Amino acid sequence: MIFLRLFFSFLRIGIFSFGGGLAMIALIQNEVVVKQGWLTAQEFTDVVATSQITPGPVGINTATYVGYTAVVNAGYSQGLGIAGAFLASFAVILIPLILTLLVSRFLLKHKDNPIIANIMYVLRLTIVGLIAAAALLMVTPDTFGTLKDVPMQFIASVVIFLAVFVASFKFKTSPILLILLSGATGALIYGLLPLAVGC
Amino acid sequence: MYFCGMAKWYELFWSFFKIGTFTIGGGYAMIPLMEKELVDRRQWLSREEFMDILAVSQALPGVFAVNMATSVGTRLHGGKGAVAAIIGNILMPIIIILGFATCFRFLSDNPWFEAVFKGIRPAVVALIAAPVFNMAKTAKISWRNGWIPVVALILIYLLGVSAMWVVLAAIVGGFCYGKLKQRKGGQS
Repeated sequence: MIFLRLFFSFLRIGIFSFGGGLAMIALIQNEVVVKQGWLTAQEFTDVVATSQITPGPVGINTATYVGYTAVVNAGYSQGLGIAGAFLASFAVILIPLILTLLVSRFLLKHKDNPIIANIMYVLRLTIVGLIAAAALLMVTPDTFGTLKDVPMQFIASVVIFLAVFVASFKFKTSPILLILLSGATGALIYGLLPLAVGC
Repeated sequence: MYFCGMAKWYELFWSFFKIGTFTIGGGYAMIPLMEKELVDRRQWLSREEFMDILAVSQALPGVFAVNMATSVGTRLHGGKGAVAAIIGNILMPIIIILGFATCFRFLSDNPWFEAVFKGIRPAVVALIAAPVFNMAKTAKISWRNGWIPVVALILIYLLGVSAMWVVLAAIVGGFCYGKLKQRKGGQS
């Protein structure tokens, strides 16, 4: 039963996602692409791209999109896909919501507690590895092409990757602008160029 | 202890609706807008209260913006306020994302659509990878603790261990480390 599994998957994701939107993206990828196989690496990358250029919390956007896509990919109708989207978003906020209501007062009182500080310290370090793993897991023949079969696409992908990495890391360029620019580059290389060469 | 009645539920809904609808780039991008709306414009919270709620929302798991909405909503109008703030915060984003998701279903066979996304996919990987280095700095990475992210990476990427187990191990590890340090500190 896809709905039940979707619910519990996103419930788990909600419990373990410490440290912001990127960490949650990493957890969703791990659960949805690697463990459950509901989405391909390529589909997931498209989901992340979309949730970065639309408004709202990235975690909610990704959960919504994945909930919809997982249900429709399983062969259900669009309407049930929308139900899946709401279910995933609801599941992902449920436990954090309860925690916020129950323990925020306690946390505030003990925010200088050395044990809590140490847990946060180790968590922050671990999340660095978690997100790095997510980025590496996204590099697949689906998303980059391969040097053997489609060398042109692979080289173009590596160039786009490096350009966006430098722009984002060094110059703090807005992710929205970078996604739009690389989309335009894609249209140019894979859409227009073959047409021009064909003429 | 709740200051019920400090804000009407529909005011909470509207404030968080604006915050959720007009920020692109995730929860942390909402912080300045939230501060302006909740502290300066509406004056529902003092800056100190806002910073406290911010710290707790970041420490707890889950979607940061939703945690903020829950805390602020509860504080100002109890459970009903929390629900109004959360729904306000995520309503438009969900509708917009669903619009995209359904459109993409029909567009995915279009060669131009595929061409655009072939360009975007490597960019997305770079956008996930680039913040890792800034986060490493924030996490106070050094030669002594650098093995922690490396082990996490190897476990998840090479050995296929579930990311959730790794997070759980980090919590337990951090707890034990804290206890150990406390005991050592107590003896000396």
